[in-house]
Amino acid sequence: MAVREITYAEAIREALREEMLRDERVFLMGEDIGLIGGVFKVTQGLYEEFGPERVRDTPISETAIVGAAIGAAIAGMRPIAEIMYMDFLMCAGDQVINHLPKIRFMSGGKLKVPAVIRTQYGLYRYAAAQHSQFYPAFLMNIPGVYVEVPSTPYDAKGLLKSAIRDENPDIFIECAALYRLRGPVPDYEYTIPLGQADIKREGKDVTVFAISYMVHVALSAAKKLESEGISVEVVDPRTLNPFDKKTLVESIKKTGRLVVIEADHKTAGVGAEVLAIAMEEAYDYLKAPAVRLAAEDIPPPFSPKAYNASLPNEEKLINTIKRLLKHSR
Amino acid sequence: MYYKMVLVRRFEEKVVELYRAGEIPGIAHGYIGEEAVAVGVCSALRRDDYILSTHRGHGHSLAKGIDPKYLMAELYGKKTGVCKGIGGSMHSTEPDVGVIFSSAIVGGNIPIAVGVALAFKMRKEDRVVVSFFGDGATNTGAFHEALNLASIWKLPIIFVCENNFYAISTHVSKSVAAKEIVDRAIAYNMPGVVVDGNDVLAVYDVTLKAVERARRGEGPTLIEARTYRWLDHGMYYLGKYRPDEEVMMWKQRCPIKLLKERLLKEGIATELELSKLEERVALEIDEAVRFARESEEPDLDFVKQFVYVR
Repeated sequence: MAVREITYAEAIREALREEMLRDERVFLMGEDIGLIGGVFKVTQGLYEEFGPERVRDTPISETAIVGAAIGAAIAGMRPIAEIMYMDFLMCAGDQVINHLPKIRFMSGGKLKVPAVIRTQYGLYRYAAAQHSQFYPAFLMNIPGVYVEVPSTPYDAKGLLKSAIRDENPDIFIECAALYRLRGPVPDYEYTIPLGQADIKREGKDVTVFAISYMVHVALSAAKKLESEGISVEVVDPRTLNPFDKKTLVESIKKTGRLVVIEADHKTAGVGAEVLAIAMEEAYDYLKAPAVRLAAEDIPPPFSPKAYNASLPNEEKLINTIKRLLKHSR
Repeated sequence: MYYKMVLVRRFEEKVVELYRAGEIPGIAHGYIGEEAVAVGVCSALRRDDYILSTHRGHGHSLAKGIDPKYLMAELYGKKTGVCKGIGGSMHSTEPDVGVIFSSAIVGGNIPIAVGVALAFKMRKEDRVVVSFFGDGATNTGAFHEALNLASIWKLPIIFVCENNFYAISTHVSKSVAAKEIVDRAIAYNMPGVVVDGNDVLAVYDVTLKAVERARRGEGPTLIEARTYRWLDHGMYYLGKYRPDEEVMMWKQRCPIKLLKERLLKEGIATELELSKLEERVALEIDEAVRFARESEEPDLDFVKQFVYVR
């Protein structure tokens, strides 16, 4: 029983492997996940260990991949489908929106859909507008499907294991920019309940609600601000559905200030929902207007200079927090 | 088979009547004229084989064995319905008799059916899956992706295209580039069979062959059953897009009439026996309507519990 340092990608691979060993109904399918272990190498070694029946390379057919995952799930299997880029998820839009979240409901509870759709979005990969998108808010807007956005190796492993065991459909959104991030992960069995936010750092002056990769930007900013006497609390939702309102609201009550930092677009993004919750449930505690730092409302440009400028970053966050503290009531 | 076909016919006639009277809410699509497809196909299946159905699915549900009273209650939106009044006319699930799911998105059930077949194959069960869809669905990407995947993986599935020649108003000649829908099987390296969809015994025969092939692990088959819907696309008149002579010709080829003539001619059944079956159906339909009318409606709190497993 020890805690090791492993990468985010290794943590995901461990979760997949352990669940495949634990439950023979669990299997993987997706484009290039078998023979070459995935284009991001997340599933490396699993094809060799479990064989082509349980680690299935598929054609480039996102609709069939997600549809087949749904079908296998309602017939009693535990499929984990990989959609190589989040951008490609909407190639399977009909299955993702009209089927995955609705089958249990439409069947009057007779069916369950314990499928996991793993996908990833990249940051700073300069892959232009069709290989860089991150649209979690859109998925939050569809009742019936859980959405995970892990930020650390520890969370990725624990959440993925829970998602696989959970009886509901999940869209598990990984961040490619985190795949090589190392972090502590126990070598013993653990899971993380879905719908439980994590306070990544405690603070008393301002709550920074940070999603996925932006958790690390927030932690870095918090460290710098500490030397200036500003105490930042970093809240990581970990799952967007179920959404842990309680942890968010408690944190706002404590700090009186809220900044959301997210790599999705600002308009109708996750931050819009978070701010609405703050208004509805913590208005009296706010000492300053809640604010959002998000990606610009433009498709991700290729130009590295323009692309970098379109995203929130540490400097913008630090300036925002300082401004917020200055203009508080 | 005769009993099942009459059951579907009378059920649908009753639905039209109740719908027009304003008793059944929402939208519904009638199966009248196509009964031989559902009944012929489902008669070739075991109870534990699964079917996936469509927006025009009442016939499939009844043919596979759902009790008409639970289906009627579903159409009424009642708690006792086959989907507790949450699904409505276009959604039906009763795994006990092998009706796993109906999608109201054209083409939507086809990839899901492939996944069900994958589960059967991975567990080495000798069960098969039937995916029903119409001619229009063969123009969706989902159809093509699903047939390709099913063929690559040699899955135990039968794709049953109910070609009634019109996707709402658009004739197949204006929407399908292939000469015949069945030709689409060639692209996916699977057998394709055309059958007279108004001849229930012919449908049964081709299905049985496809089922046996699937159970032997030899993979999928595409069946194109040519048939006709007597009603409009839904319950409303959408305009004239079919020649009167065409409708008349197909009505003369009524699948129930054809079977009845054959049963009498070959001395398999007598008029009396068939009319007794018809009487039994009439009673069942009356009972289904009574049951549906008397059942309770679900409220908001009741339906909320079925979004997630918690």
